[in-house]
Amino acid sequence: MYSLSFIYLPAPPNLKFKMQNERTYIKGELVCYHCGDICNDKSIVKDDKIFCCTSCKLVYEILEENNLCKYYTLDDNPGISPPERNKTKYEYLEDEQMISSLVDYTDGKITILTLQIPQMHCSSCIWLLENLYKLDNGIVYSRVNFPQKKLNLKYLNDKTNLKQIAELLDSLGYEPMFNLEAIEKGTRNKYNKKLYYKIGIAGFAFGNIMLFSFPEYLGLDKIIDPLFRSFFGYLNLIISLPVFFYCSSDYFISAYKGIKNRIINIDFPLSLGILVIFLRSAFEILSHTGAGYSDSMTGLVFFLLIGKLFQNKTYDSLNFERSYKSYFPLSVTVMKSAKETTIPLSKLKIGNRMVIRNGELIPADSILFKGEANIDYSFATGESIPVNKVLGEVIYAGGRQYGPTIELEVIKNVSQSYLTQLWNSNSFVKQKKNTISEISNIFGKYFTYAILIVALVSTAIWMNINPSEALNVFTAILIIACPCALALSMPFTLGNMMRIFGKNKFYIKNTAVVEKLSKINTIVFDKTGTITLNGISEIEFIGSDLNNFECSLVKSLARNSTHPLSRAIYQYLNDYKDYNISEFREISGHGISGSILNNSVKLGSSKFLSGDIKLLDYKEKQNSSEVFLSINEDIKGYFSLKNSYREGLKDLIGKLSQKYELHLLSGDNENEKELLKDFFNDSNNLHFNQAPENKLDYIKALQLSGKKVMMIGDGLNDAGALKQSDVGISISEDINSFSPMCDAILDSDMLIRLHEFILLSSKSMKIIIMSFIFSLLYNIAGLSLAVKGLLTPINAAILMPVSSISVVLFCVIATNFIAKRKNFSIKN
Amino acid sequence: MFIILVLIGVSFIVAAGFLVAFLWAVRNGQYDDRYTPSVRMLFDDSDIQKN
Repeated sequence: MYSLSFIYLPAPPNLKFKMQNERTYIKGELVCYHCGDICNDKSIVKDDKIFCCTSCKLVYEILEENNLCKYYTLDDNPGISPPERNKTKYEYLEDEQMISSLVDYTDGKITILTLQIPQMHCSSCIWLLENLYKLDNGIVYSRVNFPQKKLNLKYLNDKTNLKQIAELLDSLGYEPMFNLEAIEKGTRNKYNKKLYYKIGIAGFAFGNIMLFSFPEYLGLDKIIDPLFRSFFGYLNLIISLPVFFYCSSDYFISAYKGIKNRIINIDFPLSLGILVIFLRSAFEILSHTGAGYSDSMTGLVFFLLIGKLFQNKTYDSLNFERSYKSYFPLSVTVMKSAKETTIPLSKLKIGNRMVIRNGELIPADSILFKGEANIDYSFATGESIPVNKVLGEVIYAGGRQYGPTIELEVIKNVSQSYLTQLWNSNSFVKQKKNTISEISNIFGKYFTYAILIVALVSTAIWMNINPSEALNVFTAILIIACPCALALSMPFTLGNMMRIFGKNKFYIKNTAVVEKLSKINTIVFDKTGTITLNGISEIEFIGSDLNNFECSLVKSLARNSTHPLSRAIYQYLNDYKDYNISEFREISGHGISGSILNNSVKLGSSKFLSGDIKLLDYKEKQNSSEVFLSINEDIKGYFSLKNSYREGLKDLIGKLSQKYELHLLSGDNENEKELLKDFFNDSNNLHFNQAPENKLDYIKALQLSGKKVMMIGDGLNDAGALKQSDVGISISEDINSFSPMCDAILDSDMLIRLHEFILLSSKSMKIIIMSFIFSLLYNIAGLSLAVKGLLTPINAAILMPVSSISVVLFCVIATNFIAKRKNFSIKN
Repeated sequence: MFIILVLIGVSFIVAAGFLVAFLWAVRNGQYDDRYTPSVRMLFDDSDIQKN
C-alpha cells in the first residue's frame, strides 16, 4: 500500500510494460525513468533512459555517479521530480541559533537530528535515504521511520553541515520540511510506552497465575499436599501485586478524579471490582481459607489494557494539532544593506524589507514596496480568485504571491498578524474538549447504584440467614458485577470503527470523535476548497473552432505562467504538442503574451487584447472567469472557466438536508449565492465575506442555541471554527499536506460519503448499547450465583474471560458487518 | 513431589526472562516503528552493482 506504484499505477500488465531498454510505458505513453510522469518532451535522454525534465535527469546522474542505481530496481519509477529552487533557500541553516533549535543532540563534533520528509513514499525512498552516507561522507548514518516520515541523521560537523545535507536532500527531490512547528519539539504525541509495559506485565501475570491455578480448576487441590496449596497461593498473590499496584493504576486514578468532580464514571465500578477482588484474594490466601481470584483480577486488567491499546491507535504520519506555525516557513529572504540574505522567521522584525518570490508565502502583515503583487488567499481566507495589490497597499499574512518577485515592508510581527491573531482567541486557550465518553459515564453511574443496592440488600438478607457468609456474598457480588465486558465494548466498537474509517480515508483523531459524530444535528460547510475544487475544472472554449496547431500554440503559451487560470488552460489542452516560446511576457492581472514559431499569441482579459471583442457573443457571467485569446492579433474567442463544485455534492447535500440543518460560511464574495441556493434549501443560512473570527463566532452562536455542530473546512481561515465546533473535519486533497487543527481529516474523494460516515457512527453507538445489554445478561447470570453464595473461583475464572471475549467478538463482527453492508472496505 | 516446586521455580524464571526481554524491547524503541524494519531487511548488503 505504501508504494506509489500501487496507488497510481493499478493498470493491468498489458497497459504498463517495461521495454528492454528500460523505458516504461503506461497506456501507450512514455514515462520518465525517474519519477514516472508522462514525458511530453522526448529529448532528455541519458544512458538510453528518458526523463520528463532536466531535474529528474540530474537526480539520475547523481545516483548513477555514486552507484546508487539500485534505487530504480526496488520500485518502479520511484523518484520525485525536485522543484526548482533558489540558491539562498537554505542559507538560514547556517545560523547557529537556528541549528541548535533543530538538532536533537550535538557536542560540537557529532550532531544528531531528525528531519521530517513528507515526500517519502516507497521502499526505494527508504533505501536511498538510508544510503545517504554514500553521497555525503560526513553523514555517519541515516535511519528512516517510514510511518512517521522521519529521517534520523548523525553527521560529523567538520565534514558536512546542516545546510549541505538539506541541499543534498532537496536536490534528490526529498525536500526536508522545516517550519516553525518543527522548532517547538516535544509537542508531538509520543505513543504510550507505559501501556506496552503494563500489557506485558499483566499478560505475564495472567498467564502464570492461570497455570498455577490449574490444580484448583481441576479439583486436584483437595488431593494434593496442602503445602502446594499455600505455595501456589502465595506465588499468585506475589505475581498479582504489580498488576494491582502498577497496571491498574490508571483506573484508580480516573475513578478518584471522577469522584472528586462528583461524577461516577465507568472506571469507578471497575476500580471497585479490582479492589475488592484483590482484597478478598489476599484475605483468602493469607488466612488459608481459599485460593482467591487472582486469575480473574489479572485477566480482567489484561483485557482492559488490550482494549485501551486498541482504542489508542493513532495515525503516525498525521498531525491533528497543527497551527499556522506548520504552514509558515522557517526562513524569509530580506534586504539588508541592498543585499539579499535569508534570516530565520523568528528574527523578522517590523521595518524589515522582505523579498517574496513567485509561489512563496507572505509570513507577516506588510506594505507592498516594490513590484506587482498578485496574491492567492484561497487557503488563508477562502477568496477563490487571486487579488491584485498596488504599491503602498497592506498585504495580510498567509497569501501566496504568484507572479514576479516583490518587496514588502513588515508592519506587524508574525504572531500579531491579521491571520495568526486567530490563535490568540479564547477557543485556542480553552481547555481541551472532554474526551471521556458521555454514554459510558451515564451507564457507569446507574450501573454502580444498581450493584451497590443489590450487594447491600443481599448482604442484609444473608445477615439473617448466615452472618458468617454475608461478607463473602457482598464481595462476590462486587467481583462478579465488575463491568469488564461493558468496559471493553466501547474501545473495541469505537476502535474498530476508527480503523474502518481510516481504511476509507477518513482519519479521526481519537475514538471519542465517533461518539460526537453520532450526536451531530447541524453541519456547517466552508466554500473554497471544501465544496468547490481548488483550481478550476470546467472549461469550454467559445468562439471560432481552434485547429490542432492553434491549440498547441495556446498550450505552449499557458505553460509558462503559474497563474491558476493559465494552469487550468494548460491542463485542459494537455494532449497537444508543446513548442518553444520566445518573447514571453506576463503582465500580472492582465494576461500573457509570447511568440511561438513566429506567431504572436496573447491570452488575458478583454482589455489586454487589442482588438474588438464585441464581435463575440459574450456576456459577463457571475460564476465563471473568462480568458480571451488572440493569435496574430486576430481574436479567436474566449475560454470560460467555471468555479466548479465537487462531484456528487448536490446528492450529498440533498441527503444531509433531510436529517441535518445545513449552513455555509464562505470567506469569498457573494458571486455564487444564486448558484448555491440550488444546493442549500434555506438561503438564510448562506453567509459570505466571513472573516475567520466571524466563522468562529457563528459556530459559537449555533452552539449556544443548543446545537451540536459539525464544521467542514480546509484552510487556515477555518481553523477557529474547526476548533470551536463539536466535530471539526478538515478536507484534504493530500493527507500528508498541511491541514489545520481538527478532529478528523477527510480525503476529498470521500466527502460525498460523509452522510454514510455519520450513519456508521450512530450505528456504532447502537452496537455499544446492544453489547451493554449483552454484558448485563452475563452480569445477571453471575449475580444470581453470587447472591446465592455459590460463586467459586472457577466460576469466576470461566465467566470473566468468556463474557469479555464474546462481547469483544460481537462488537468487532457487528461493526465490520454494518460497514460492509454500506460498501465500505474493511480490509487493507 | 518436591521436584515440582523446583520445576515451577524454573518455569517461572524462564517466563520472567521473556517478560524482561519484552520490556527491554519496548524500552529500546523496537515498537517505535513497526513498518520500516520489515522493508529494510529485504535490502541486500552488497548494493554496489554495475550498470
